[in-house]
Amino acid sequence: MITRFLWQGMTRTLRLFVLLVLAVGILVPLSNLLLPPDNPFRTPSWVLQLMGKYLCYASLALAVDLVWGFCGILTLGHAAFFALGGYCMGMYLMRQIGTRGVYGNPLLPDFMVFLNYKELPWFWHGFDSFWFAAPMIVLVPSVLALAIGWFAFRSRVTGVYLSIITQAMTFALLLAFFRNDMGLGGNNGLTDFKDILGYSVQSDTTRAVLCFVSALVLAIFLVISAAVVGSRFGKALTAVRDAESRMRFLGYRVERYKLFVFVLSAAMAGIAGALYVPQVGIINPSEFSPGNSIEAVLWVAVGGRGTLIGPVIGAFIVNFGKTWLTGALPEVWLFALGALFIVVTLLLPKGVVGLWNQLRNRSRERQARAVA
Amino acid sequence: MKAPGITHARSTSALLYLSGVSVSFDGFKALNNLSLLVEPGEMRAIIGPNGAGKTTMMDVITGKTRPDSGEVVFDGTADLTKLDEASIATLGIGRKFQKPTVFENHTVRDNLLLALAGIRSWYRLLTAVPSKAENDRLEQILSIIRMGPQQHMLGARLSHGQKQWLEIGMLLAQNPKLMLVDEPVAGMTDVETETTAQVLREVNKSHSVVVVEHDMSFVRALGVKVTVLHEGSTLAEGSLDQVSADPRVVEVYLGR
Repeated sequence: MITRFLWQGMTRTLRLFVLLVLAVGILVPLSNLLLPPDNPFRTPSWVLQLMGKYLCYASLALAVDLVWGFCGILTLGHAAFFALGGYCMGMYLMRQIGTRGVYGNPLLPDFMVFLNYKELPWFWHGFDSFWFAAPMIVLVPSVLALAIGWFAFRSRVTGVYLSIITQAMTFALLLAFFRNDMGLGGNNGLTDFKDILGYSVQSDTTRAVLCFVSALVLAIFLVISAAVVGSRFGKALTAVRDAESRMRFLGYRVERYKLFVFVLSAAMAGIAGALYVPQVGIINPSEFSPGNSIEAVLWVAVGGRGTLIGPVIGAFIVNFGKTWLTGALPEVWLFALGALFIVVTLLLPKGVVGLWNQLRNRSRERQARAVA
Repeated sequence: MKAPGITHARSTSALLYLSGVSVSFDGFKALNNLSLLVEPGEMRAIIGPNGAGKTTMMDVITGKTRPDSGEVVFDGTADLTKLDEASIATLGIGRKFQKPTVFENHTVRDNLLLALAGIRSWYRLLTAVPSKAENDRLEQILSIIRMGPQQHMLGARLSHGQKQWLEIGMLLAQNPKLMLVDEPVAGMTDVETETTAQVLREVNKSHSVVVVEHDMSFVRALGVKVTVLHEGSTLAEGSLDQVSADPRVVEVYLGR
C-alpha cells in the first residue's frame, strides 16, 4: 500500500527530474572525490559545498510550495522551521566537540563556559546522541507547526492575516534566540563543529556524503510531495485552495487538510535545515530573520508556484544569482532581488516552469496549424 | 436514532411541508403566510415576478433565514426552523445557487468525485482509489448531465451552460433527498435551456426537485406542476396551462 501511495503521483516528467536530482547528487560528489585535482571535470570543493547548500534550499522551497502552491497558505515563516531543525542538528554537533573546545570542558560547550553556566540546561540533555537528535529535528518544527496551525486554521485565519502570524512567529523566535539566557549561544549561535557521526565535518569525504544525502532527501521529498499532491487528498487540497467555503459545504473538514500539509511541510523544512548546518558550519539566530522566509517564497514564485519541479529550479536560479551577484556587485543584490520579485509577479505568474509550459504549448499549436 | 430537531411524529406524507410561513425584513413582508407541499419524487416549478419571495423561500428551507412564524417540515419529521444550514444539508437537502462555483482547476470528473457522497477523512483520502461503485456512479451522473465527452476538461474552460450542468451533477453526486435548484437557466441560450430541462427531467427520475425559474419556455419544457408566488404567498397552483389561464396570474405578470 505504501508503494502504491508513493507511486501514485509520479508523472514521467517528475520521474526524470528525480533521476536528475539523484544523478547530480551522486556525480558531483564522486567527481570531487575520485578525479585528480588537475582534471578539468573535477568539481572543486567549494562548488561541492555550494551544491549541498542549494539542495537544502531546494528542499525548503519544496516545503513552502506544498503549503503555498497547493493549499494557498502564504507562509512567511518557513525559515523558522528550517532554523529549528538546524538548531537541533547544531546542538548535536556541539556536544560532539567534547574536550576539543577552547575551554576543554567535557560537558559544557564553549559558550556556556564563557557565560558561566554551571551545568547543562535541561533541554540539552540527550543531544549527545544522534538517535535522540534525529527525531527532534522532525518533532520540534512539527509540534510548533501543529500548535500554530491548529489555532490559526480552527479560527479560520486565512490570507494576509495568516501570513502576518507566521511572520510574527519567526520574528519572535529571532528575538528569543538572540538572548544569551536562552542557552543556545545567543547571537553567535552554534559553531566550531568538529564531528558528525564520528567523521570530521571539514573533510572532503564527509562533505561529499552530506551533499549526496541532501540530494537523496530532496528526491525523497519530491516523491512524497508528488504522492500527496497526486492523491485524492491532493485534489481536495487544491480545491480548498481554490474554493474553501465550497469544500466546507461539500462536508470536508477543511482545517484538518490544511493542518496536515502545514505540519508535513514544517517537518520537511526542519530536515532540510538539519542537513544545511553541518555543510555551512554554523547556525545562528539570523536564520530566523523574516527576510529569509520571504526569500524562500520568492524561490517558489520564480520557479513556479503549484508545480513540484518549479521550487527546486527557483531555489537554484535565485541562489546562484545571489552567490554570483554578492561576489561581483554586493550592493546590487537587494535591488536585483526586489526587481526579480516585481518581474515575476507581473510577467511570470507561473514562474519559469509556467513559461516553459506556455512556450511548449505554443510551439505545439504552431505545428498543429502547420500540419492543418 | 433520533436526530436533533426531529420533533414531529410523521404527520404528513409530503417530503417538504410549509405551512403559514411568514418572514419580514424591516417591515417588508418577504413571505406572507406561505404554504407549500412537495410530494416525494415530485418535481415542482416555482415561478413569480421579482420580489415574489422565491429566493427567501429557498433560504427558509435551507436554514439560511429563520421564519417569524409558520411550520417547515422535511420528510414528515424534521423541523427545519430549528436546524442550522449544515444539519439541514446532512438531512438531505441540497441547493444549487444561482452563480455556479465549480472548481476551476479540476476536471469535470474530479469536480464530481470531490462532491460524491462518501469519504471525507483526510488520511483515508491519501491512499483512496476511486472504487468500482464510485466510478459507476460518476459515469451515471456524467451521462445524466450529458458531459461524458467533456469529463477531462478543466472547470475553468467550461461554458456558462456547462458549468450549470456540472453544478447540477455535483448536487446529484451528494445524493440529496430533495434538490433545490435556483434559476438554472439564467443566461443560457435557447438550446442550452432545452437541454437543462431534459437534464432536470432525468434527475427527477431518482430525486425530488424544486426549481425556481423566471423563464416560461423552460418551465413549459419541464412539464410539471407549477406554483405561482406573489407578494410572499401562493397565488395559484396547477399545470402551466391552468395557471396561465388564471386571470390573477395574468394580471400579476402583465402589470396593473
